Amino acid sequence: MNKKLQALMGAGALALSVMTMSAAQAADTIKVGVLHSLSGTMAISETTLKDTVLMLVDDLNKNGGLLGKQVEAVVVDPASDWPLFAEKARELIEKDKVDVVFGCWTSVSRKSVLPVFEELNSMLFYPVQYEGEESSRNVFYTGAAPNQQAIPAVDYLMSEDGGSAERIVLLGTDYVYPRTTNKILRSYLNGKGISDEDIMENYTPFGHSDWQSIVADVKAFASAGKKTAVVSTINGDANVPFYKELANQGIKAEDIPVVAFSVGEEELAGIDTKPLVGHLAAWNYFQSVESDANTAFIEKWHAFIGDDARVTNDPMEATYIGFNMWKQAVEQAGTTDVDAVRQAMYGQEVANLTGGMAVMNTNHHLSKPVLIGEVQDDGQFDTVWETEGTVVGDAWSDFLPESAKLTADWTYPWVCGNCEKPMY
Amino acid sequence: MRNDMFSVLRRSPFSIMQMRRFTARICGVVACLMMLSVVFPNVAQAFSDEELRNIAEQLNDKSSTKQVAIIEEMAADGDPRVAPILKAMLEGDLYVRDSDEHVVIATKKGKVYTHIDIISGEEAGESSSKELDKIKVNNRLRGALRDALATLNLFSPDHAVRTAAVEQIMDARNPAMLPLLLRAIEREDDETLLARMNLARATMALAAGENAEERLAAIDVLASETTPQIRAVLSQFVASAEAEGIEPEVVTAAQDALDDVEGRLSNWQTLGDVYRGISLGSVLLLAAVGLAITFGVMGVINMAHGEMIMIGAYTTFVVQQILSSVLPSGSPWSLIIAVPAAFLVAGMIGVVIERCVIRFLYGRPLETLLATWGVSLVLQQATRTIFGATNQQVTAPDFMSGAIEFSTGLVLTYNRLWIILFSLIVVAGIACVLRYTAFGLQMRAVTQNRRMAGSVGIRTGYVDALTFGLGSGIAGIAGVALSQISNVSPNLGQTYIIDSFMVVVFGGVGNLWGTVLGAFSLGIVNKFLEPFAGAVLAKIFVLIALILFIQKRPKGLFALKGRAVEA
Repeated sequence: MNKKLQALMGAGALALSVMTMSAAQAADTIKVGVLHSLSGTMAISETTLKDTVLMLVDDLNKNGGLLGKQVEAVVVDPASDWPLFAEKARELIEKDKVDVVFGCWTSVSRKSVLPVFEELNSMLFYPVQYEGEESSRNVFYTGAAPNQQAIPAVDYLMSEDGGSAERIVLLGTDYVYPRTTNKILRSYLNGKGISDEDIMENYTPFGHSDWQSIVADVKAFASAGKKTAVVSTINGDANVPFYKELANQGIKAEDIPVVAFSVGEEELAGIDTKPLVGHLAAWNYFQSVESDANTAFIEKWHAFIGDDARVTNDPMEATYIGFNMWKQAVEQAGTTDVDAVRQAMYGQEVANLTGGMAVMNTNHHLSKPVLIGEVQDDGQFDTVWETEGTVVGDAWSDFLPESAKLTADWTYPWVCGNCEKPMY
Repeated sequence: MRNDMFSVLRRSPFSIMQMRRFTARICGVVACLMMLSVVFPNVAQAFSDEELRNIAEQLNDKSSTKQVAIIEEMAADGDPRVAPILKAMLEGDLYVRDSDEHVVIATKKGKVYTHIDIISGEEAGESSSKELDKIKVNNRLRGALRDALATLNLFSPDHAVRTAAVEQIMDARNPAMLPLLLRAIEREDDETLLARMNLARATMALAAGENAEERLAAIDVLASETTPQIRAVLSQFVASAEAEGIEPEVVTAAQDALDDVEGRLSNWQTLGDVYRGISLGSVLLLAAVGLAITFGVMGVINMAHGEMIMIGAYTTFVVQQILSSVLPSGSPWSLIIAVPAAFLVAGMIGVVIERCVIRFLYGRPLETLLATWGVSLVLQQATRTIFGATNQQVTAPDFMSGAIEFSTGLVLTYNRLWIILFSLIVVAGIACVLRYTAFGLQMRAVTQNRRMAGSVGIRTGYVDALTFGLGSGIAGIAGVALSQISNVSPNLGQTYIIDSFMVVVFGGVGNLWGTVLGAFSLGIVNKFLEPFAGAVLAKIFVLIALILFIQKRPKGLFALKGRAVEA
């Protein structure tokens, strides 16, 4: 009987490690590490990014590879387990000797791998919008910083077209990204004349599924007469029951618009969006944006994944930009040596899928355009507002007194990620 | 309860919108036109054909401020032809045609858009999407459109439409609506609706009133009703009264009325908390009731219980996919068919797990825990491999979307109501099986005294497998219901496993009624704590209270008594 049990568990373990094992191959290749959860709670979002990197690698190899060599992706599964992220990162760098890693989704996983990348002086491309307040020499942040997503979004809510909101509800999942973002937003809103009594803040656990009371509270908060809007930093699985409850309790976008920072095309895939038309999301990319680059990218994605119904989303674009910047920097440096590539990264430009150029700044954040989109009944977003030109990603928020004085700049004379004055 | 409370029940506009999906749009629009021309027998068409076409073309202006002004201008005179245009714009069906720059209503049929002329309401050609430019709407325009439609709908012959229109006007409180509202009050002959209209007028008249008497009269009307809008109107009025130099006696009266309304609203709030508690309790009950059998009756620490719920939810998804070609998406049949299907699929997997793993581990709780946990991981990853890691969409049938909304702000969502009912039916069903069937008798016999049961000829192994299958099958049924309120993803089971164990342990292992009472009391306590403590802390408090309770009564609410327990 024990044999049967062992066999069963063995089969499970085998299934998990098949990806890892297929990796070790020929020596004369450039190795790219992929550190995204393929199982556990975050698999829902991160699996897509793994596929995106594989697609980009595939594409690069078809076009002759990089520096005359083939590029090989080494995929590991950190299984949504934050300490395991650090272990797997170490494995990728020390054992598999990868030249660069694309990975992480949640901020807590990034914080977990950060010491590893710094200790071993390797390079991580982090493709997800996050709370800022960080700039590591070994990480390039290709997702949005708060000033590239949160601040423009509340500006829109307070504008006439966004509904002139005077009361704001900040709903979030209880972890570092929503709490930091909401701290920045509260300070920003106070500066705009919205007092604390007109701000309601509420946090829920990961995977929260019973939204009745909170949605009822929001309704009650909104019935005070002033125009109310909701800013949602609710993450992951909890969004589906949240939006279902909004729809069922009859909250219409024109009465109480909800703008979300973590809900993209992928997250809407599990929801009937007809009752949600008009609710908003702020990103740097929407699948619906019409441009030749975007059409080509979507076609390539559909061909690679073999399913025309699969959507594209913002972190995919961030992965695309990061990957292409790294490729250009390697070509320019003529080597995959981390220090040389890092120097070559600054000022590197890649065309956004939505038009315009993304530029890598010396604080390791991108300059990108910000878009606000409305949910449509087909599960897509329709852009209703966008910034003129690009916004420079700000590692340290100007709206928190303790971080406003910090500067991140990894070139001479600063050479520092969180300094008040230059190192040299 | 008073009668008028029920007369103001209304379905949410969303469900009305969804219902409309199924009627052909074109017929709807034409019917709407005809209907409105009947309603406005004495209202002359305010616009000539040419004027209407010109003004409608301005709807495509770049500035939304201008667009709002146009919408208000179009609605101001109550021209019957305006409503269908605005309604089409609200629903995103209004386009500018490239060929002649005319504004048309277009509906999609396959890849072809059928055009409808806004003046005549008749079909006017068709084209692909390339030849049409959609007139985009944002939330500001949607608000303006809904308000404008509400003023036009005040004259609808349909009682429900008029009721919805009055509620919308009360929400908006836009003084520009007052003239049309006054006209509607003159024509209205339904008593309850007339009262609502007068209330809506009072919400606007309070601020706009000319003298103390008018204001006091308005306050009188307002104080007689209990809605969140009235609280908003009164509190705004009181807050700004001093600055505007309102008479002190009016302010006092308003303050008294406000206190009254707030007192009554807080009672409704409590009622809402109780309902939400019961609803959470019913979800907990559904999730836990299968475990009450596998863990409660059989004593198997079944960590794969959550995955049985997940399998039930995925079965619902598969059934809907298979039936989607035959049935329309809003049909209730797919869910009804999914219930036995989920029971069979999850039940069969349960039997397989029992035969292959668990039967070797009876009496060894630690090994059972680890083995079933392993099984749960295998099932999760298998689901991920088969269906992909992303959420699957299970559509809600029409009878489960929308809500009963009381004007007092209490909202009872249909999906929750059905789930409460469903959970009670499931529990009653299990109780019957346990109490009245031969299998139930054998099951109780085996769990109470295995050797004795064996000696009288019961095949205990067979009963074990079926009992585990029953528990798993019921978890599968729970998955059908939970697919309506939760994610259908490989992680679905993880969300409910801890809660399920909590309920069963609290209720008393081995006791079905304990599970029922445990689920509902945990649900209600949680919902009463949530407004004060927040969702995270409320959960922590409940857990701590539970730990303390278990210290005091280790066997839960209802402990089994007698020799059987020790066996």
